[in-house]
Amino acid sequence: MRREGSAFQGLGTVMLKELADQLSSARVIILQLLIVLIGGTSLWGALDQLKQTTAEDPFLLLKIFTVDRAPLPSFVGILGFLIPIVAIGLGFDAVNGEHNRRTLSRILAQPIYRDALLMGKFLAGLATLAIMLLCLWLLVVGSGVLLLGVPPGTEEIVRSLIFLVIALAYCGVWLALAMLLSVVFRSAASAALVALGLWLFLTLIWPMLAQFLAQVIAPPDFRYQMLGLPTPDTLEWQQALARLSPNQLFGECVLAILSPTTRALGPIYLDQLQGAVVGTGLPLAQSLLIAWPQIVGLVAGTIVLFVAGYIAFQRQEVRA
Amino acid sequence: MSEPVIVARGLTKRYRNATVVDAISFEVARGEIFGLLGPNGAGKTTTILMMLGLTEVTAGEVLVLGKDPVRAPLEVKRRVGYLPDSVGFYDQLTAFENLSYTARLMGIGHAERTARIEDALRRVRLHEVMDKRVGTFSRGMRQRLGLAEILMKRAEIAILDEPTSGLDPQATHEFLDMIEGLKRDGVTVLLSSHLLDQVQRVCDRVALFHAGRIALIGTVPQLAQQVLGGGYLVDLDVEAPAGVDLVHVLGAVPGVISVDRVGQFRYRLAAARDVRPDAARAAVSAGGALTRLSVEEASLDAIYTRYFQSQAASGGARDAA
Repeated sequence: MRREGSAFQGLGTVMLKELADQLSSARVIILQLLIVLIGGTSLWGALDQLKQTTAEDPFLLLKIFTVDRAPLPSFVGILGFLIPIVAIGLGFDAVNGEHNRRTLSRILAQPIYRDALLMGKFLAGLATLAIMLLCLWLLVVGSGVLLLGVPPGTEEIVRSLIFLVIALAYCGVWLALAMLLSVVFRSAASAALVALGLWLFLTLIWPMLAQFLAQVIAPPDFRYQMLGLPTPDTLEWQQALARLSPNQLFGECVLAILSPTTRALGPIYLDQLQGAVVGTGLPLAQSLLIAWPQIVGLVAGTIVLFVAGYIAFQRQEVRA
Repeated sequence: MSEPVIVARGLTKRYRNATVVDAISFEVARGEIFGLLGPNGAGKTTTILMMLGLTEVTAGEVLVLGKDPVRAPLEVKRRVGYLPDSVGFYDQLTAFENLSYTARLMGIGHAERTARIEDALRRVRLHEVMDKRVGTFSRGMRQRLGLAEILMKRAEIAILDEPTSGLDPQATHEFLDMIEGLKRDGVTVLLSSHLLDQVQRVCDRVALFHAGRIALIGTVPQLAQQVLGGGYLVDLDVEAPAGVDLVHVLGAVPGVISVDRVGQFRYRLAAARDVRPDAARAAVSAGGALTRLSVEEASLDAIYTRYFQSQAASGGARDAA
């Protein structure tokens, strides 16, 4: 049975309305302030560090993103931590909020499909995050130019823009998760708590758990242990498990894109390094190739979570 | 009756093992005010949601303006206005902005939008507060804003779910006037309520829901005929001379359907029309001393109460068996 009319009718209207709501909401302003403050602190640390150690680095601008100074984490480290909070903050009451305000049935009685409502909300959230990230990017690049006095090269700009896209995909995963939870849980507070719980689990507990599970699945070989080396099997399992967390994927992508000297994201054998000029950067295309599976993973995660939320929303009863 | 705009045939909604709406059939003609009546949980809201394609139909079919709301939901929703039970708006937006959002969802062009919204708000007397945030609105104002949305939409059918519950008497009165205004515009109104006197005041026909079925359907006098046995109730206080059986005498009056002796001297007649003159004449000519005579039109309240009393009685008997 085919339905009549476009599923995207009203999509633009919903998106613009949601975007306007978010950009004017106190919540977004506070989150943005939080990011700028914390990001600014780590940026200042990085600039300070770079001024002292500056050398002949061809990618000085990219260093601003990745260099950290002792107690402060690097700028990308901060982003990896804060992006989920912001994305969850934007998405956790997307659908259940409409339920609780009793606006859902009224809006769905207008000539639009549910698709438009959910998609519009998702795109509006993503657009809000994109605006925030772009502001941050401009802030970082601008302060780099002004305070370090180094003009950015083309490749640096391209690499940092790719980083922006990856960060957006990372936002997408958390936004889609938050929206899925906003469909599943009728109470916004439960959705927010569960989302934050998952975030804590995936960023803090899962890396440790991955290590533990890898040792259970593939026990370390004592011959390697004797030599003080990690067992390859265990290491591979650990990495595979750790990559279930979007945080890990984001970290690896960023490493490959922003540090051109990164040659592999997994364990590497000495024989693989034969002929390599260690310490020189890879061309952009090669760096992108290294990060490609991770990028695809992030985008796929976004799509899977969004589809799950979509199906749940289509099957949900409208009445309170 | 003119062409029907809503037709339901064997409409059924089941959730896992509970049947919420059980094979109901009815028709609503263009331009009439049709009341869906019944206790909470009788299936009124579910029926409404099926008409709008907002919940799936398990069996049977419903046609709204000749369209199937499951197959052509956009077409149906474009021409039907819906005011949900305790309607909600975006509190941080003004009344105008709220309507502007729905107007854009309907695809009304920019130039026409402002004129239509202002006109609709004027009609529900919210014109002065249209730039105030809806968060400051009272419940009655929100309901009126919901009605303004339907007016702005120029809907052919207005479906109002419990529109007056929780309103104070003054607001209710105003709201019912506005519903009658819709009818004057030629809009078909489907009104769900459990407030019987209001339904009786505005509705042309009513359907009485009971446990997912339509127990009774028709105009109020028709229902009275079915449930109470007559559209009029005539009370007489007569002191009868010894040996005269007034029940028999009054029962013989043309038009009288039943006679109950409700007190020592009081008789209650159910009749198809106002039989006061004939009943009085019969009582007096039988030698009775008539001290009081009154008539009331059967109220929906009486019909409703009587119907559920009899249902409870027969239901109890069925359960016992």
